[in-house]
Amino acid sequence: MSGTFVGMPVHPAFPEAAREAVHDPTLRGNLRHATHTIRAKRAKAVAEVSDWAELREAGRRIKDHTLRHLDRYLEQLEESVTRAGGTVHWAADAAEANRIVTGLVKATGESEVVKVKSMATQEIGLNEALEAAGIRAYETDLAELIVQLGKDRPSHILVPAIHRNRGEIRDIFRAEMGAWGRPAPEGLTDTPAELAEAARLHLREKFLRAKVGVSGANFMVAETGTLVVVESEGNGRMCLTLPETLISVVGIEKVVPTWRDLEVFLQTLPRSSTAERMNPYTSMWTGTTDSETADGPRAFHLVLLDNGRTDALADQVGRQALRCIRCSACLNVCPVYERAGGHAYGSVYPGPIGAILSPQLRGTASEIDASLPYASSLCGACYDVCPVAIDIPEVLVHLRERVAEGGPAVRAGNRVLLKPAKGHAAERAAMRAARWALARPGALRTGQRFASRTRRLHPRTLPGPGRAWSGTRDLPPVPAEPFRDWWQRTRGAGDDKGGAK
Amino acid sequence: MSSRERVLGRVRRALADVVPDERPYEEAVGRDYLRVHGRRSTEETVELLAENLADYRAIVHRAAAEDVRMLIMRLLARRGSQEMLVPPGLPPDWLAAADPVWIHDRAAGTPQRLDRVGSVVTGCAVAIAETGTIVLDGSPDQGRRRITLIPDHHICVVRVPDQVVSSVPEALERLDPARPLTWISGPSATSDIELDRVEGVHGPRTLEVILLG
Repeated sequence: MSGTFVGMPVHPAFPEAAREAVHDPTLRGNLRHATHTIRAKRAKAVAEVSDWAELREAGRRIKDHTLRHLDRYLEQLEESVTRAGGTVHWAADAAEANRIVTGLVKATGESEVVKVKSMATQEIGLNEALEAAGIRAYETDLAELIVQLGKDRPSHILVPAIHRNRGEIRDIFRAEMGAWGRPAPEGLTDTPAELAEAARLHLREKFLRAKVGVSGANFMVAETGTLVVVESEGNGRMCLTLPETLISVVGIEKVVPTWRDLEVFLQTLPRSSTAERMNPYTSMWTGTTDSETADGPRAFHLVLLDNGRTDALADQVGRQALRCIRCSACLNVCPVYERAGGHAYGSVYPGPIGAILSPQLRGTASEIDASLPYASSLCGACYDVCPVAIDIPEVLVHLRERVAEGGPAVRAGNRVLLKPAKGHAAERAAMRAARWALARPGALRTGQRFASRTRRLHPRTLPGPGRAWSGTRDLPPVPAEPFRDWWQRTRGAGDDKGGAK
Repeated sequence: MSSRERVLGRVRRALADVVPDERPYEEAVGRDYLRVHGRRSTEETVELLAENLADYRAIVHRAAAEDVRMLIMRLLARRGSQEMLVPPGLPPDWLAAADPVWIHDRAAGTPQRLDRVGSVVTGCAVAIAETGTIVLDGSPDQGRRRITLIPDHHICVVRVPDQVVSSVPEALERLDPARPLTWISGPSATSDIELDRVEGVHGPRTLEVILLG
């Protein structure tokens, strides 16, 4: 059984991966500035609409309903897209999706493509697959460009280069742009306007000559076959409009039943993600237009991607993660993300949503995936801001149980029985011991008194298998007197008179 | 087994717990949210559109039918564009003989040719007051998507109050999903560098909206 590939190399568990990040003052500064800025703006944008709670509930219901009848809506979508002149392909996993896209690009005879920022194509490692086939993929979103030129990895769903400040971006542009096309202008400074202008000039020559565009989509409408891409810069419009061939790779969970459903998400997505009433540009297209009125690509291919989504769908608690509309609001409020940064999550989906999505898409066999459900303080801020009301803490706890205890799950469409993950033996032993002691008040009292009397002898870190736990946490001090003894000594007399009021 | 059957089969097995006679879509999706936020007169709706357009850094002008030609001429002169792009069905009375050279979309075949054009003038399909959004649907007075994308200066004429709606739900109702649609809220912008908003990366960096009527 092979894990679902999500375009990331072997990665250490979250605590190790995060250690470096939390000790990097530049990174923490960049992240703190960015997340606090967007957090405040988002709260204001949401407060503007008096029916936010109702919109959120409607979004939740639309997504839930769609997921519970996903087969029907996918078939309807396929029919609608085909009727409108598009071609639908199905990909069970990343390898198959990459094979389909590579084949489609090769069939055009082209050796380069322009790309709209897309989580799905990052997830499957499409750029690497295209490169292996001799096709160069140009990322055209400014942040993705920064990441691509810097030979870096994205660290945020919405602002992939959030971990870079303007000085770092200038250095990357100066050093790398020339190797990819038009070099950075002489004397480029680090003002955002100049950096954006450099990106504009660098990318425009690519847009204007591009014959093939690759995108994802934010929504697909089953009833009409319409695809929707929501963006700010206009690079999306460029890639969706100018090329002769457009290939869109979209997760099967992105379908919504009706045209009208967009009225909910076009109100909640921009406010949640960029904290705007509306994002600057939204493009909607339905198949291809006929040659009379030709507007946009003449060939349109939709690749419907599973890659672990049906496995998540099979989990009755975890399937709510598929409601996600990738707004990234949960990242921006998460105290763990703010300190650890996106790279520590070892997946293209960082932050709270990544902590529940990645282990479901990929399974919990690897060290990083088994550690992700623990990369949270369970404070619940992510649930509060989620515009489709995904109860992330609930799924985190559910996945922790799966990691620690094992149990039935679905991998690559097959029912499997997961073994408890390695490294959790001590945790299970501790829980069993606690269960035993808490059921025996006499033993608990004796143990607590013993612990209090020996408190000066306690080590600062736990020995043996507990070392890892105490390596990232402070051990709580043991009090001089157990609480129960203290209660008995100070209030105990009242109990004799039946003093509980 | 084809991948289509494999994926659909997995979906069906994953949903084994879903009872078949579940509530239909119309019942399952309650729509308790508002269709419009707040009550406004037609005049106030247009006013809100102007405010929100300006808030997102579009430049807003108002003109009566007889003045629009002069206004467009002035805006183009100020911009200094040598060539101007117009969609095939733009109302002729919006343009004056003294305007810069007009180029029709079809004549400017390649994207490289379009890139040398300074300004574009179009109509629109609908404008949304609550969000400050104009929507283009490729009708003859708006042209193909590319003409409002490549030039750096876009002048969009909105007929008020006919083309103005209050909200996103009202806009979707008016639009035809079969057409290629472009929703525009202010000029192109990015916040990718330290979340500082910068106008204009790839789309037109200047958006001027004329509220006509």
